[in-house]
Amino acid sequence: MSTSPALPLAFDETRRSGGLLTGLLSSDLPRSRALSFILLAIVVLLAATPFLFSGSQPVGTAAKICVFIVLVASYDLLLGYSGIVSFAHTMFFGIGGYGIAIALERISPTWSSVAIGLASALALSAVLAIAIGLLSLRVRAIFFSMITLAVASAAAVLASQLSDITGGEDGLSFQLPPALRPAFRLFSEPVFGTMINGRLLAYYLVFVVSLIVFLLLLRIVNSPFGRVLQAIRENEFRAEALGYRVVAYRTAASVISALAATVAGALMALWLRYNGPDTTLSFSIMIDILLMVVIGGMGTMYGAVIGAALFVLAQSYLQVLMGAGSAALAGIPLLPNLIHPDRWLLWLGALFIISVYAFPGGIVGRLRQANPKG
Amino acid sequence: MSDMAAQSSAPAELPRAKTDWLPLLLVPALAVLALPFVGSPSTWVTLTVAGLAMGMMIFLMASGLTLVFGLMDIINFGHGVFISLGAYATLLVLGPLAGWATADSIGLNLALLGLCILVAMGVTALAGAVFERVIVRPVYGSHLKQILVTMGGLIVTEQLIHALWGASPIPIPLPQSLRGAFVLGDIVMERYRVVAVAIGLIVFIGMQLLLNRTRIGLLIRAGVENPEMVEALGYRIRRLFVSVFIAGSALAGLGGVMWAFYRQTLTAGMGMEVMVLVFIVIIIGGLGSVGGCFVGSILVALVANYVGFIEPKLALISNILVMALVLIWRPQGLFPVARR
Repeated sequence: MSTSPALPLAFDETRRSGGLLTGLLSSDLPRSRALSFILLAIVVLLAATPFLFSGSQPVGTAAKICVFIVLVASYDLLLGYSGIVSFAHTMFFGIGGYGIAIALERISPTWSSVAIGLASALALSAVLAIAIGLLSLRVRAIFFSMITLAVASAAAVLASQLSDITGGEDGLSFQLPPALRPAFRLFSEPVFGTMINGRLLAYYLVFVVSLIVFLLLLRIVNSPFGRVLQAIRENEFRAEALGYRVVAYRTAASVISALAATVAGALMALWLRYNGPDTTLSFSIMIDILLMVVIGGMGTMYGAVIGAALFVLAQSYLQVLMGAGSAALAGIPLLPNLIHPDRWLLWLGALFIISVYAFPGGIVGRLRQANPKG
Repeated sequence: MSDMAAQSSAPAELPRAKTDWLPLLLVPALAVLALPFVGSPSTWVTLTVAGLAMGMMIFLMASGLTLVFGLMDIINFGHGVFISLGAYATLLVLGPLAGWATADSIGLNLALLGLCILVAMGVTALAGAVFERVIVRPVYGSHLKQILVTMGGLIVTEQLIHALWGASPIPIPLPQSLRGAFVLGDIVMERYRVVAVAIGLIVFIGMQLLLNRTRIGLLIRAGVENPEMVEALGYRIRRLFVSVFIAGSALAGLGGVMWAFYRQTLTAGMGMEVMVLVFIVIIIGGLGSVGGCFVGSILVALVANYVGFIEPKLALISNILVMALVLIWRPQGLFPVARR
């Protein structure tokens, strides 16, 4: 307890000297010139994508990056800051998606059903996260991982079997509120050569909400609550001896993380105008999230931004590169198979393993070491 | 002389653990309890045999994992990939010996199955040795890193299977004489399931004998209880660790072969799909306990079968319900392993 009075003081001082930006980033600055530059570039590019690139693929990629930044950052709260490995994160992602999809499809394509869907999804996620947490976070961390895996797979099976509600394997397609439909025009004239239509508004809805949730998560991990989580991660017994209720803190962390994942799922569904088992619930998304967190950098939050951006870009564009390489190596046995475009996950998997061994801080950790000023 | 005889017999008596009968009674109790709900006795026998077969296959796949965890305190989330690898290894045999599968001779068919099992166990043992050396060894002692790194190993190995054998599902034929079912009056028992029960029982009894009646088994059990002490007594616990990991991988390969012939399709993800059940089973059994794993497997499979017959909608989450109930009754699993 002796250190805790000192912490808020330190926060206040940096905040006073830093101004608006420091306040927004909760005094947790990138702490590396290269990292600041990359982050700034990602944010600017994401903000300007609809005006910079034409066609629907770049905007789709950008929206996916935004959603995954939230999803991965919320997972980082669990994995990186609390030291808990959960495999049920896609379940909460899926709950968010289905909340929006079911409400918009069954009730009406209006903003009030968006609100109803989101609110009920958040409530369900919170209840489930509390139940799983209280049941399994008291025992060893390994139990939690296995139990979340089992629960998540049960949720995926339920979603595909209860087809009356969820649309089964086909999922649900739905209409958005009028303001977000492609036919909607905010102005009759194009702005900077781009028509401000409903699709563009939908993108900015995704972008702004993702930004807000990310900054909120950054705030949470840098709050006294976040410090306690890190203390528990470092030494559970010591934290407990200091009087912190470990199970309560861990459960709270898993609830917050689940809520953020639910919001991400809702954004994903709103952007795709569709939700199904493959887009939000599948186990392969869980693996993607793990890859993004670890490659970007566990326990850094900014790692989520870099990991998600890198991964989604790789998913969309690395395959083209590998296709070219594979064609160049045609004729040699096995080698073309290894860099076949469909095998991109092989190389990211290898990078993942190397990251866990050699750079536990991921890309962010490396950048901070190499170039500490900022 | 009589002194020495007494001495040598005394240590043989000591290490035998007391049997905890209560969880063992669960299985017959469950089976009897299900009878009135199922209704007809012949359906009940069919369901029970099918459940036992399923349970045996799950046990084959899970036993290695629980043994590795018990001895080495390592949780291998990549265990599922050995199941897939074992399944794909059958192609090495089925390719050149396709004739044996279609031949109408029980001897040839069973020999083929045996050969598949041998090759698969060889391949997965080798893969296990590499996996232990490259993936697992650097992260002994840290569960968080183990989970992450073995997931990474799973991703890479699955992708390698794709690269070697292609990404599309591969159909494999069940040997001729293992198809169909035995019919005794109203009772129908699929032949392959009977074979699966037999192989599962042989492996289980073999493991029990190895663990309880041999010197190596004694060392393994001692290692589960207290590895430092075993090391202090001059045994190379590391070598024991590695051989158990390899044996565990080979058992997953064996389970993979049985599972592959049961599904009759190969996909690289088939191991990971069944891992959910495997984890549930080893949690129910008590992490590290082979006997618990056996009881847990049969329990889960029987419940899934009975519930699937009585109330199909509920079957999807019956595993989770069984797990929750068992954990409420015994939070450390049916047979808690002392050290943990």
